[in-house]
Amino acid sequence: MTQPIISVRNLHKWYSGVHALKGVSLDFSPNEAVGLIGDNGAGKSTLINILSGAQQASEGEIFLDNQKVSIRNPRDAMDLGIETIYQYNSMVPTMSIARNMFIGREPLKFSMLGLGAMDHRKMAEESVAAIAGAGLHLRSPDALVGELSGGQRQGVAIARAMHFKSKVMILDEPTNHLAVKETNKVIDFVQSLKDLNITGIFISHNIHHVFECCDRIVAMARGEVVLDKRTTDTNMDEVLDVL
Amino acid sequence: MKRLLKIYMEKPELAALVLLVLLVVVFQVKSDGIFLNANNLRGILGILPEIGLMVIGVTILMICGEFDLSVGSVFALMPMTMAVLMADGAPFILAFIAGMAASAAIGFVNGFLTIKYNIPSFITTLGMLFIARSLTIVISGGFPPLLPNDLPNWLFTVFVGPGELFRMSFVWFVLVAVLASLMMSRTNFGNWIRATGGFLPAAQAMGIPTARVKIACFMLCSMLAGFAGMIQVLRLGSPLPSIGEGWELQAVAAAVIGGTALSGGIGAVLGGVIGAILIRVIDNGLVLSQVDANWFKFAIGFLTIFAVVVNTWLGKRAKAIKVET
Repeated sequence: MTQPIISVRNLHKWYSGVHALKGVSLDFSPNEAVGLIGDNGAGKSTLINILSGAQQASEGEIFLDNQKVSIRNPRDAMDLGIETIYQYNSMVPTMSIARNMFIGREPLKFSMLGLGAMDHRKMAEESVAAIAGAGLHLRSPDALVGELSGGQRQGVAIARAMHFKSKVMILDEPTNHLAVKETNKVIDFVQSLKDLNITGIFISHNIHHVFECCDRIVAMARGEVVLDKRTTDTNMDEVLDVL
Repeated sequence: MKRLLKIYMEKPELAALVLLVLLVVVFQVKSDGIFLNANNLRGILGILPEIGLMVIGVTILMICGEFDLSVGSVFALMPMTMAVLMADGAPFILAFIAGMAASAAIGFVNGFLTIKYNIPSFITTLGMLFIARSLTIVISGGFPPLLPNDLPNWLFTVFVGPGELFRMSFVWFVLVAVLASLMMSRTNFGNWIRATGGFLPAAQAMGIPTARVKIACFMLCSMLAGFAGMIQVLRLGSPLPSIGEGWELQAVAAAVIGGTALSGGIGAVLGGVIGAILIRVIDNGLVLSQVDANWFKFAIGFLTIFAVVVNTWLGKRAKAIKVET
């Protein structure tokens, strides 16, 4: 196994008396697609929230490229190159595609103390390019995200993550609420991450989706990792058994 | 063409603008041409900035997904604070700074309590409505202090412009409206406000400091209301403790008429401005058309509901227009 890009060591998380993560340690290699599966309450969401900065671990360490890092909020995670695509996708429906692409990371023409005038032209041009790069065809970056289909929205979210040159891409149940055709697109996308040298962490309830596109399967139950194998070394029955 | 039509139908301020034009025409005819003459316009434009400035703040806060019922009370408290300080010999500028600081503090408390304890801003600011009004009366001692004679009226209330058509307050109003509009459409902060109100989880997930954005909007809203109150007091020449009563609801009505959604994320400063103008126009036009003035509130109420219904309908029609995305 190559040098891991991101590792977690002995992560614990308590929610007022509930021990949701019980000392999870995992390594993720570059250009590896890892499927993370488990039942509700297994701790996979907690693990992902910690990596994406939405929550903080009660205990434990995170390493990126062998450097210890602290992720206190989503911004920290993004600055480190960890992009997350959420189930209830991280798009504001009442805003345009271009504005959504750059929420919180707007290119500015000039600024003071982090506030300033947005560079609308750059936003429009770069979002068109990024969307085309993600294999999506949208004519206008000014269309409201609320008018897009679920698959198109997920496509824009993927384009956004790609645009910001992430090293690690977390996809948190990205195929929920999607039509079959759109789901296949997302699965193709996860497979294509490898060629781009991006680590993909794919969380899903759907064990078939995970087996279809991941190199490695990590199963969690009751806050612990209960299975961690190459996809070729295991099968669905074994995974279902441990869950 | 279709695309253009769709874009305009989705503009939430469109309905209000059409209504405004219609009403101006109706009042102009009904009043035998008096409505748009210089004297009457002077009356409308002289008072407009006072509700208008308040509406700008309320609109931005509503786009951010929150709500402020205390603006009417802050409208009275800010100038009362100034008047009391000036009666004690403080110069205007110091009193002004203190008044604005008091307004900002109220906005901060509104925002902080709302976010920290996760309570609806409706409740926090309803409480603040009573608190600020009570404070206004208490610090006035029940009897409003006299204002000094050397106030900078030239900066706020004197008539200026071609034919002395408007007061200086109108210049302030336009300036603030333009700046607020630019902030919402052109700056990253405007983007954050809209994202925070539009879909909070997404804004948080993208690393926007949503709590700070909301508190900033609460403070801005309070400060604009206080500033507007000061302008009214300078115009009237006396700090009455009862000014601004009921204005908080008129301000919300103006914002809603202008296309701002109570649920956040949708709206524009321009819409709020049009809403405020509509309210002034109706107030004035009803009188000029010799309609019983008690119909004023009826008209505002009707318009509020009507505007939302029209906006919803337009939005649906716009969605039905298929253009390639």
